[in-house]
Amino acid sequence: MSATEDEVVAAVAEAHRRDWAGVLGSTAQLTRDLDLAEECAQDAYAQALETWGERGVPDRPGAWLTTCARNRALDLMRRESVFRRRMPLLVADEVVPGPEDALNDDRLRLIFTCTHPALSPDARVALTLRLVCGLSTPEVARAFLVPPATMAARITRAKKKIAAARIPYRVPGPDQLEERVGAVLEVVHLIFTTGHTAPLGAHLVRRDLTDSAIRLARVLHLFMPANAETGALLALLLLNAARQETRTTGSGRLLLLSEQDRSRWDRQLIGEGQALLTEALRRRPPSRYALQAAIAALHAEAPSWADTDWAEIVDIYDVMLRLWPSPVVELNRAVAVGLRDGPQAGLDALAPLLADPVLATYGYLSAARAEFLRRLENWPQAVTAYEEALTLTDNEVERAFLTERLIEVREGALRPSC
Amino acid sequence: MAKYMILIYGDAEQWDSMTGEQWEAHNAGHAAFAAKAGTRVLDGRQLEPVPTATSLRADARGQVHTTDGPFLETKEGLGGYYLVEAADLDEVLELARLLPELNHTHSGLEIRPVVEHG
Repeated sequence: MSATEDEVVAAVAEAHRRDWAGVLGSTAQLTRDLDLAEECAQDAYAQALETWGERGVPDRPGAWLTTCARNRALDLMRRESVFRRRMPLLVADEVVPGPEDALNDDRLRLIFTCTHPALSPDARVALTLRLVCGLSTPEVARAFLVPPATMAARITRAKKKIAAARIPYRVPGPDQLEERVGAVLEVVHLIFTTGHTAPLGAHLVRRDLTDSAIRLARVLHLFMPANAETGALLALLLLNAARQETRTTGSGRLLLLSEQDRSRWDRQLIGEGQALLTEALRRRPPSRYALQAAIAALHAEAPSWADTDWAEIVDIYDVMLRLWPSPVVELNRAVAVGLRDGPQAGLDALAPLLADPVLATYGYLSAARAEFLRRLENWPQAVTAYEEALTLTDNEVERAFLTERLIEVREGALRPSC
Repeated sequence: MAKYMILIYGDAEQWDSMTGEQWEAHNAGHAAFAAKAGTRVLDGRQLEPVPTATSLRADARGQVHTTDGPFLETKEGLGGYYLVEAADLDEVLELARLLPELNHTHSGLEIRPVVEHG
């Protein structure tokens, strides 16, 4: 039952995506040392690459990898206990490993430890990507625009705090769960949005990040189906991911929502998102993710850009502004007003936001103004707005799009008006 | 089990302006905390106000300077502490939430793990 090299590589990659957190989590339960557990989990995956070719891919790769990583850990702990001064240790409860959901339980423990509110928000995201999603430190660093050494230091510092302050390796009890889930969902949402429009680089979307976020959201929803926010967040991510493949042309040029080929949107993801959203919207008051998902669903359901229910979208932004006022929501609402009532109305709605310091370096404000000015054929002001938007993004796909528009409005400015 | 220090910080001016009734309620809060925490509280004291503090600091030549006032000049000063024993940070966080300092916006708590030697 040997497997070809390609089959093995694919099987190991799939097991890494699906089971990494479970393998690491289960090993950490044993070692009570995150670094040692990481080392052993990595060894297990390396071992799989060697062994699976000869003996074939096991029926339950996750269980195989866990056993391999734990054996390696036992071996190292026996051999090095005298030399290794591993203190303080991770605080973990005694757990009898169950055969069925053990990997999921281990993954959840890991998620809750990595997103503990006693860690800084930056560290929570970094640790989750590194330990739960299995991204390498340079990959995590790239997602957040910091040098790899800085990210490595951030991760090390967070691990030290987990051990020294004894942040427990545990899913919180019912009385703390509600509050803690909020922190977990924030991290998952941030991972998705970072991957959905990568802040830097040649690609608009980083699938490794968005896929990781969706997988996490699925685990959380599976674990807490009764929690209003887990279903709403999963719906939001799925509805946005459904459009992922159509957001750029084959050559990588950015396509706006108005230009995308709607027939290529992933109907299966949309259907799943809609069903989750219907459930989430039954809650009163609706969660923030549910409202965001409702907007995404209105786009997904619209037969075309022109036939989008902008009035309904403006209404949803009004509810969001009432419950969670923020300049970014105001900006989105103003854009929707412009699409409902025309470009001049949009510009008027954007005008008061120009003085907001939070939005001063927010490229989408300039880009939105530029778009309305272009549609009004107000060429000189459109040129200025596109130039401003260009100074505010480092994503190459977004830059290419804005540059193209800038050339177009510059040409408009040179045409004699009649 | 591990030991943690709960450091109580607050704005002295605001504390001074509290009425007798408010102090009574405040002290009842501390009593409730002590009752709930039981033997997990190893020690706990209120400190005399910040102006009573004396600080010592050595310069580069090893000369020790004695000065009037707290080590760090901040708006909120250290007002008291508890030394507690708990299994993990979550247990301490849950206990600390009972402290009446969290009923005011002008005071707060800092939790520090204590280093165990040996």
